[in-house]
Amino acid sequence: MTRFVERHPAWALIIIIAVAVALWLIFAVWPPGLEEAVGRKRVFLNALFNGITLGGLYFLVASGFTLIFGLMRNVNLAHGSLYLFGGYVGYAISASTGSWILSFIVAFILTALVGVLLQVLVFRRMEGQDLRQTMVTIGLSIVFADLMLWACGGDFYQIQTPNWLIGPIELPLITAVKSSGEPVYLRYPLVRLVIFLASVIIGIAMWLALNRTRIGMIIRAGVDDRDILAATGVRIQIVFVLVFALGAGLAGIAGVVGGTFQSLSPGEDIRFLLASLVVVIVGGMGSIPGAALGALIIGLAEQLGSVYIPTYAIVVTFLIMVLVLALRPQGLLARR
Amino acid sequence: MLKGSLGLIALSSLLLSGTAFAQEKIKVGVTATLEGTYTVLGEDGIRGFQTALNVLGKKVGDKELEFVIASTDATPDSAVRAVRKLIEQDKVQILLSPLSGDEGIAVKNFAKTHPELTFVNAASGAQETTYVDPAPNFFRYNMDGAQWQVGLGKYAYEEKKYRKIATVGEDYSFIYTQVFGLVLEFCGAGGQVTNRQWVPLGTKDFASVIAALPDDVDAIYLGLGGADAVNFLNQYQQAGGKAHLMGGSIMIDQTILSSKGNAKNALVGTLAASGQADTWEDPGWQKFVKDYQDAFPPNKRFPSPSLLATNYYGSTMALILALRQVNGDLSNNQAKYKEALAKIELDAPNGKIKLDANRQAIGTNFVTEVVDDGKGALFSKVVKVIPNVNQTLGYDPAVFAKIGLPSRTVPECKKY
Repeated sequence: MTRFVERHPAWALIIIIAVAVALWLIFAVWPPGLEEAVGRKRVFLNALFNGITLGGLYFLVASGFTLIFGLMRNVNLAHGSLYLFGGYVGYAISASTGSWILSFIVAFILTALVGVLLQVLVFRRMEGQDLRQTMVTIGLSIVFADLMLWACGGDFYQIQTPNWLIGPIELPLITAVKSSGEPVYLRYPLVRLVIFLASVIIGIAMWLALNRTRIGMIIRAGVDDRDILAATGVRIQIVFVLVFALGAGLAGIAGVVGGTFQSLSPGEDIRFLLASLVVVIVGGMGSIPGAALGALIIGLAEQLGSVYIPTYAIVVTFLIMVLVLALRPQGLLARR
Repeated sequence: MLKGSLGLIALSSLLLSGTAFAQEKIKVGVTATLEGTYTVLGEDGIRGFQTALNVLGKKVGDKELEFVIASTDATPDSAVRAVRKLIEQDKVQILLSPLSGDEGIAVKNFAKTHPELTFVNAASGAQETTYVDPAPNFFRYNMDGAQWQVGLGKYAYEEKKYRKIATVGEDYSFIYTQVFGLVLEFCGAGGQVTNRQWVPLGTKDFASVIAALPDDVDAIYLGLGGADAVNFLNQYQQAGGKAHLMGGSIMIDQTILSSKGNAKNALVGTLAASGQADTWEDPGWQKFVKDYQDAFPPNKRFPSPSLLATNYYGSTMALILALRQVNGDLSNNQAKYKEALAKIELDAPNGKIKLDANRQAIGTNFVTEVVDDGKGALFSKVVKVIPNVNQTLGYDPAVFAKIGLPSRTVPECKKY
């Protein structure tokens, strides 16, 4: 931190000012002039929170994608299919047992199993052949999409939100002050906060597992140099299967999350594949903190964009991607 | 492209039944949105099409009709691609296409490059398709989005006493046309439309849109369809929204009313208008509902046909009946057939339909309210039936032309 300030005093100043402005925008009561210029504070705060929570969902999908890429150099273009598959499994479980929590567990296990099969039956047979892997995964994603359309139809599925999560809660953030002097607090959907919290916990757990455990050490070593790691006697294929299972399982969990606060239907697989590609390109291929930062940026850009520049909202995320590719092609937080 | 498995099954069954006889065939190409946001709408459209074939049969004189189904995803380029494929590869002579608004405008323009063929619109409802520079070989037997909103604005103002409303709609031609019809009538009656929000087709996360909805309005009008509508309602419920709602024609429709999950319950009591009403007493409508229900097992259809099924049914009906009138004669660039199509008057399930000079339907419109049948299924109940709705919505054509074409900001909220 201090080294960063010493080396880039100008950037540090800009960042400090930006953080201060953001904090002021969030906590202060907006003066009437500002409300007139950019709209009500309630709208701004909602868009901000939505961006952060949407970023949480993107992170869940993209972290698995980036983990798999980082270790195995596999661009798994069937990752979106795993997301949708997890969602459908979650729906089936929650509809038949009524348990939301159970649907996460089953979705994680089943998609992880599919991931293991993918790794053992497909990727292991074509290790190191990037183009072939890419083509095969594109093909698989089309096959999976058709199979799921066949099994589940084109209907929209929503996973039932458990009763204790329905409805908004009041946050201690003042959005406006009534003429009587009574403050109006921000009301925000509880389910989104819970989901965001869960994705933060998963993110931190993953970071800890990667940086504080033995298996994490092996994975990091594998990301750096797979061949040397294999030469030291680590059974790298088992590590690959494990990581693939984890990455796929995370996509499955994300499917349940997405099915709860959005919906599941054919086409969602491609949308989330595209989102995770953009997130990973912005954040840096293979980096978990990069995926978190990328997800946050893309989520915020989508939501703030949809409120303040609705016409061009669709372009904003791709604009960010183009900028990153032009200025820092390896991604914001990539090491190399 | 491969995703239209429903279409493929339908197609293969049609082909199989057709190969039994070695006789002259007439080839018809059909498109539907069997991919993307509007998948459910496309599937039910095909069900309406199948129902029509069940009722009318596939024989025209001694000729047999053969159908080829292609899938689109509601974007104009996908529709043109599908139509081009049907014409160039499958050599179809007649087209039943397309389903969605922007697709309609694109296919109409494409129709001009094939003046020898005949295009029967399947279900698309943008005003521009038949109002601006219409193609002489493009026939539309369903009303446009603005016609489908006739009666809604007045009813909301006079009976429900709404004075100020805001709208949220998908950002494309069909919804522009729907909002056009609503605003024209609601503002004409004296109401105010304070805010019009547009979201891209295929938006998943509506939370910020919901937060930006104004509080000081009597009702919020929703012009959404397919997955977008379901997502909106789901997130609206999570945000604890409680405003009165009004709905467009594909918002208050079985495609949404029978979706899974409980978000749709926010729609009970919602006022809407459309080219059909689920609970209409008319015997013709009831017969169609029964035909539709008999044609498919309950888990493969909606409790009652959606607007798309009805439109596909009516368009298929026109296509086949006119073909029978000329006894399958497609000679001389299909001149006789086109003449028959322009003149035909349909006794469609949703009321009588005839075409105007632009080959655009004049038909019946319904103001409806969503009710719960007591068993958890939602239906649209008729509150008002308005016959003979034409494309200029009863305005003098010169006055109507001055209003401008439907867009994000047209029409202005005033009396024309």
